[in-house]
Amino acid sequence: MATGHDDHHHGPAKGFTRWLYTTNHKDIGSMYLWFSFAMFLLGGVFALVIRAELFQPGLQFVEPNFFNQMTTMHGLVMVFGAVMPAFVGLANWMVPLMIGAPDMALPRMNNWSFWILPFAFAMLASTLLMDGGGPNFGWTFYAPLSTTYAPPSVTFFIFAVHIMGASSIMGSINIIATILNMRAPGMTLMKMPLFVWTWLITAYLLIAVMPVLAGVVTMMLFDIHFGTSFFSAAGGGDPVLFQHVFWFFGHPEVYIMILPAFGVVSEIIPTFSRKRLFGYDSMVYATSSIAFLSFIVWAHHMFTTGMPLAGELFFMYATMLIAVPTGVKVFNWITTMFKGSITFETPMLFAIAFVVLFTMGGFTGLMLAIAPADFQYHDTYFVVAHFHYVLVPGAIFSIMAAAYYWLPKWTGNMYDETLGKLHFWLSFVGINILFFPQHFLGLAGMPRRIPDYALQFADFNMVSSIGAFIFGFSQLLFLFIVVRTVMGGKKATAQVWEGADGLEWTVASPAPYHTFSTPPPIK
Amino acid sequence: MEPDDKTQAGPGKVVARLLMTVVGMFAFGFALVPIYDVFCEWTGLNGKTGGPYAYEAETTEVDTSRVVTIQFVASNNANMSWEFRPMQNQVEVHPGELTEVKFYARNPSATAIVGQAVPSVTPFKGADYLHKTECFCFTQQVLAAGEEIEMPLLFFIDKALPEDISKLTLSYTLFDVTANFVTNGSALSAK
Repeated sequence: MATGHDDHHHGPAKGFTRWLYTTNHKDIGSMYLWFSFAMFLLGGVFALVIRAELFQPGLQFVEPNFFNQMTTMHGLVMVFGAVMPAFVGLANWMVPLMIGAPDMALPRMNNWSFWILPFAFAMLASTLLMDGGGPNFGWTFYAPLSTTYAPPSVTFFIFAVHIMGASSIMGSINIIATILNMRAPGMTLMKMPLFVWTWLITAYLLIAVMPVLAGVVTMMLFDIHFGTSFFSAAGGGDPVLFQHVFWFFGHPEVYIMILPAFGVVSEIIPTFSRKRLFGYDSMVYATSSIAFLSFIVWAHHMFTTGMPLAGELFFMYATMLIAVPTGVKVFNWITTMFKGSITFETPMLFAIAFVVLFTMGGFTGLMLAIAPADFQYHDTYFVVAHFHYVLVPGAIFSIMAAAYYWLPKWTGNMYDETLGKLHFWLSFVGINILFFPQHFLGLAGMPRRIPDYALQFADFNMVSSIGAFIFGFSQLLFLFIVVRTVMGGKKATAQVWEGADGLEWTVASPAPYHTFSTPPPIK
Repeated sequence: MEPDDKTQAGPGKVVARLLMTVVGMFAFGFALVPIYDVFCEWTGLNGKTGGPYAYEAETTEVDTSRVVTIQFVASNNANMSWEFRPMQNQVEVHPGELTEVKFYARNPSATAIVGQAVPSVTPFKGADYLHKTECFCFTQQVLAAGEEIEMPLLFFIDKALPEDISKLTLSYTLFDVTANFVTNGSALSAK
């Protein structure tokens, strides 16, 4: 925070130490975004190893154990390295700008919570080079696969998860403190942009469940090194307990990855529809309901563990209930577009694709929620198709939409609209070629997490792999577009988009290093 | 910037509350372990049977009007090399009648191994009515290379067993716990 001397006027320091020592929310936001993009490419390379191996039946390129390491690392890197830091980066950049605050509430902690992340992921990635290889037990690291039968590098995995968890918790504390304490006078809670609202709720989810994740990996650590038996049946523990504790974290975690996406889309659709968001209040309540419900549905991941009928029914109905607030949101987005003067710039294309494809992912989720049907779908490619539909055209598309939407504000330059649209269409087509056939593979019974498969699955797998390479390599185009926009381009106005409304569009483009040193007036 | 009272006093309190939540949720993660056990016991899930039960012959009446079939299953967990089986596959008992059966185990390997049997009863809701007064599963078994053993199990069925249950399956899974045993004591080397 400003201390009275000439802080307001000087720009950023020069050289590498600017980034190392920075406490500026915009610098830290940019670092989060670049870091998450690097992780997105790393996780993408792992995914392409998987898809290359699955291009044809039989073992072509990698050993089964390495294949398992790839599926595990792909999941971990994408969830904890790409999606979550990208949203934290967006929050760092946009939350202070949207609520009229000069910076985040705890700028030094902000620096720390970013800078421990590269160490966590360096540690995680280094396990691939260790004796016995990296984690090979799936991103859900079910015990006893991750305890009794784990490679020796599991301890590095555990500490990496601890560090990521600490980073997320600090980031969330910072975001909540910023939103609750630093809003410009007159910015009441119900006047906050929806992106801020969804992040407030997400941050509370993170605070509630990241410590549980830290707890479960700590229990693993004790089981592995200190002779306890939390998850070992031989010593009186229970492996199923692992799944309960993990999914108590894991289910809210999937909403952590999608609620900020809801916020992004709720900003973009009104701008390009040139209408106010339909049903603002109901959006806030729907988001809160989804957050609450996320805590009482975890065992729908465990329908086949031998739960009693009452448990199956409870978790089935509670899960289906989530479709109600989610339906409210989809209804509101569509109604916002209804009779709007819509233009289809790249962010809007990604946002509309989000609404359509996320809804499809939601429907397959509903299918999986039906306990008796889930016995058929469990651990098949249908599950893979489902969660990739909600995470890739869901979370990832919303992050790309956000990047295109706010890039002119961040850099002061317009991106190349033609290339942006090309990137969108390549991604959109690629993603559907990639994941849509996986529904059929799953329904036909192809299990997930296997390097080889029966011959009847060959054609769909080949199609899926082609889609994977189209989608994967189109992301290099995204990198090119962003780098080119950072370097230069058509100058952006302060408002950037004709229909844009909100405090972030009242500051110049690019946003000055220090903004809202005096709180802006709120309408 | 104009110092604002809310801004000055606020974050500290909010951060303190949030940190407390973090610590609380970390503790809650661990609390899930006993909560899980209590929940399983309360609902009878998991088919876990209780510890040693005191059988009082004078006060326990035998209900000769009912016959319950008890089946025995023995299996090895992965990496356990013992030969392990029940010596009778099933017995028919009256509720309240103390019965003894034996399980056979042999260590065919060239090293001493410590085994731990973990029981489970199906149907789950019958688990509370199977009382064991003596069981090899209450302790760990140490078998030297090539050694064999007959392990006793004394149990009776509670007369309160619901009428609709006429058959219970008692299953034992045998785990190799040599690694834990070595770290916990030196009995293995003494053997």
